[in-house]
Amino acid sequence: MSVEAVVKDRQPIMQVKDLYKHFGGLVAVDRLSMDIYHGEVLGLVGDNGAGKSTLIKMVAGVHRPDGGSMCFDGREVAFRNPLDARHLGIETIHQDLALCENLDAAVNIFLGREPVRRLGIFRLIDRAQMNTESRTVLDQLAIYLPNLDCPVRDLSGGQRQAVAIARAIYWKARLMIMDEPTAALGVAEQRKVLELARTLRDRDVSVVIVSHNMQDVFAVADRIVVMRRGRKVGERMVEDTNVDEVVGLMVGTSPAVDTEKSK
Amino acid sequence: MLLVFFSLAGSGFCSLFNLQSIGANAAILLIIALGQTFVIVSGGIDLSTGYLLGLVSVVAASVMTVLAATLPAPICVMIGMSVGLLAGLVAGWINGTIIARLHVPPFIVTLGMQGVLRGIGFVLSGGMPVPIFIKNLGILGNGYLLYYSPITGMTFFRPSVMGGPQLRQTVALLPHPLTLALLLVLICNLVLSRTRFGLYTYAIGGSKEAASRAGIAVASHTTRIYVVSALMASIAGLLYAVRFTNGTANAGEALTLDSVAAVVIGGASLFGGEGTIVGTLIGTLTISVITNGLVIMGVNAFWQYVAVGTVIIMAVLADQTKSRLVK
Repeated sequence: MSVEAVVKDRQPIMQVKDLYKHFGGLVAVDRLSMDIYHGEVLGLVGDNGAGKSTLIKMVAGVHRPDGGSMCFDGREVAFRNPLDARHLGIETIHQDLALCENLDAAVNIFLGREPVRRLGIFRLIDRAQMNTESRTVLDQLAIYLPNLDCPVRDLSGGQRQAVAIARAIYWKARLMIMDEPTAALGVAEQRKVLELARTLRDRDVSVVIVSHNMQDVFAVADRIVVMRRGRKVGERMVEDTNVDEVVGLMVGTSPAVDTEKSK
Repeated sequence: MLLVFFSLAGSGFCSLFNLQSIGANAAILLIIALGQTFVIVSGGIDLSTGYLLGLVSVVAASVMTVLAATLPAPICVMIGMSVGLLAGLVAGWINGTIIARLHVPPFIVTLGMQGVLRGIGFVLSGGMPVPIFIKNLGILGNGYLLYYSPITGMTFFRPSVMGGPQLRQTVALLPHPLTLALLLVLICNLVLSRTRFGLYTYAIGGSKEAASRAGIAVASHTTRIYVVSALMASIAGLLYAVRFTNGTANAGEALTLDSVAAVVIGGASLFGGEGTIVGTLIGTLTISVITNGLVIMGVNAFWQYVAVGTVIIMAVLADQTKSRLVK
């Protein structure tokens, strides 16, 4: 099946159009357009410095685009900060997980949106509620943390990943961006994370996996978008392509084919 | 441990009077150290607090002195304090804004601010203490909250009609500076450990990046932290002014580093993310007890600096060893 055939009858959850971002003289993302559909796992691949991270940071509200537009659920959006994006259900799991190492798992899940209750003129954080609800969401994902009170720095790589994913799920993510999710993990934990990506898709959460690990991408993605030097150089359904072709597109040895003309 | 040592080594150390006087003298340092705790937990440092205290006391004293001729005492005390407080908050806001928005390291910004405040303080005061001639102002800074005598029981005011023997039996409790400091300890402890403001302070100290991605407005929160530090230093400055009924530009000279020391002895990390108000309270008391104990033992006053300095290094060393053992 070609890309067109698959996407024709599906609605995009997120559309980016002619997105452009430069840092000084360096053009990081060059007029890039792509769609992300409901309930799919999209693999976003490219060599180091291809602009993947910059692109997803714009989608997640971390960077502001210098040009172009973004639509979420058919409505044009402009994010002032990551919180704006999160309010719409766009969650990001970053390379470095973006957890506060000195704080515990429950606080990290709630950071930025803590439940509070009033006490006189003070609004105090409701620890009990945070702990209970963290426990619930971790249980849902079959994640076992012996102690919710210990700082995240004392957890293993897989456990930290679990906390980051639990945070996204608790906040009802509709579009989950995973930036190199398996980079720092052991083999067993890698498998578990990829499994989680599929679980999310089955719950109608769209997932974007950013990676240059071809094995991971081919194992879990439905569709692949290839970036090179800030531009989109290819878009393929997984079953229509193979690792060699994608790597060729990534490094620029196979000719860049625009999606509209392919197949 | 220190308490036991000094009670054995110096007579009079353990008297109620002396313990309360430690508390009253520690109050100014404690209040500054409370503000410093927020800054250090957030991963910064505020080196301007000591001279901010001095400047605020000078500003408040000058305003009070100028107004004393024309206005009734309570009003001119209020205005003087407000102006002093305002000056302090402006300095804190400038610190915070340069650090948070222009990304200049806190060490540099607050060190520079220390020089600026010191200079302005000396210019305003002409290099001399500015005395405040307002009757009874000293009571505010030197009085006690509670008095107990066998005859009248517990009262809020010094029992007035009394002869010599009864007066000797009267016990004064809770000097005002100590009461104020303890009140601020309670408030700061609540804010740092239980509110969003406190949590975001820890989050920024742990990882600015993660805090920002979690949607915390890191720049404005950082600014507010330095304003809090300046607020505490200003309150300490006003307390100094009413306790010693003057304003002195270099009144807080030694207090900047002592406040950092108190926070660090209390278990905070200079890299940010760790530290508590209770720790700071303990750190402050440690410094004050050492200072007072040495005085009572009759040791040359300059040895205090040596003792406090040694304790700081030992505290950090102990902390590092502990975290290495845990790993």
